[in-house]
Amino acid sequence: MSEIIKVGMADWKVCAGDDGLTTLGLGSCVGVAIRDPKSGIGGLAHVMLPDSTQTASNTNRAKFADTGITDMVAEMVKRGANISNMVAKLAGGAQMFAFGSTKSDMGRVGERNAAACMAKLKELKIKVIASDTGENYGRTVIFYPKTGVYTIKAVGRPEKEI
Amino acid sequence: MAELSMEQLTHEYFDVLKELGNIGAGNATTALAELINCKVDMMVPQVRLLEFQELGEIIGGEEQILVGIYLQVEGDINGSMMFTLPQESALHLVNKLMSGMLGIPERPIEEMEFGEMEVSAMKEVGNIITGAYLNALSTITNMMIYPSPPDLGIDYAGALLSVPAAEFGIYGDNILLIQTKFSDDIDLDGYFILIPDMDSYQKILHALGVM
Repeated sequence: MSEIIKVGMADWKVCAGDDGLTTLGLGSCVGVAIRDPKSGIGGLAHVMLPDSTQTASNTNRAKFADTGITDMVAEMVKRGANISNMVAKLAGGAQMFAFGSTKSDMGRVGERNAAACMAKLKELKIKVIASDTGENYGRTVIFYPKTGVYTIKAVGRPEKEI
Repeated sequence: MAELSMEQLTHEYFDVLKELGNIGAGNATTALAELINCKVDMMVPQVRLLEFQELGEIIGGEEQILVGIYLQVEGDINGSMMFTLPQESALHLVNKLMSGMLGIPERPIEEMEFGEMEVSAMKEVGNIITGAYLNALSTITNMMIYPSPPDLGIDYAGALLSVPAAEFGIYGDNILLIQTKFSDDIDLDGYFILIPDMDSYQKILHALGVM
């Protein structure tokens, strides 16, 4: 029996076989889906903030683009995936509210999250083959590492696959 | 002033924060009652410090569709504030407001949707509720607090709450939530989330004479 494993906010999970990974209601957070098509091992990270070096409170490594992606890829390798085969898809990073914050960069956190994920993946030489980021609406995603299908649902919009 | 983490601060001054929530929400309830011109009851607010992972379950699932009012706060303190309530509750309020002010007959909630008019009415409701809340906070702390005009989002709970969660995320792994249940003819399950930055958090507690 295959199952759909839930990934919470500021967390990541790895699976293989027919199992899928899901995260519900991504807003400014980014859902980073990575898989190794040869081994069928994949992971989904729910990234909340761009950079662990910019904040004092960085004990939860899964919260950040840099440390979260690094740790998830390491776990995939530990389970037998090969980093040189890995490809990635991104979704989320929306700007849920219109105004730009004057006092901080928080107003653009979605955009910065997506950019930080791209930068980290580039550094790890993992190719981003598809993405659906930005705009101003939330997304629920389901990722199947075996096939690489990444399904995106949003309120009042047709479901799509990337 | 000793450097304390958001978690330490919140645990230590939980009762104070709860009382702040109570006063703020009480003021907001009165404003709401005047606005829709009917009696609105309020339960004692629940104040909770939640881990991000728990957030979805508490507010009825990440995929529940909520209306979120979000605004920036400036002045003596800096930060932001969010007020959320379920879509049906929001439509109920809009219905009351539009029938009261514009004489439009009340419509069945099932037939309503968020058009331009409803969004505008809801922004006004949000403006008044959050304004009343911040006024109470301003009065008891004797601080200047200026809210920006609110923005409104209708989306998955998880997506809307990711915005304050990310702001809290800079300071820790928890989010401070003030749950307020209102009711007039029906129950309205609303949440206030006040997100002061770390300095402002300490300033608020300091102004109240507790640290």
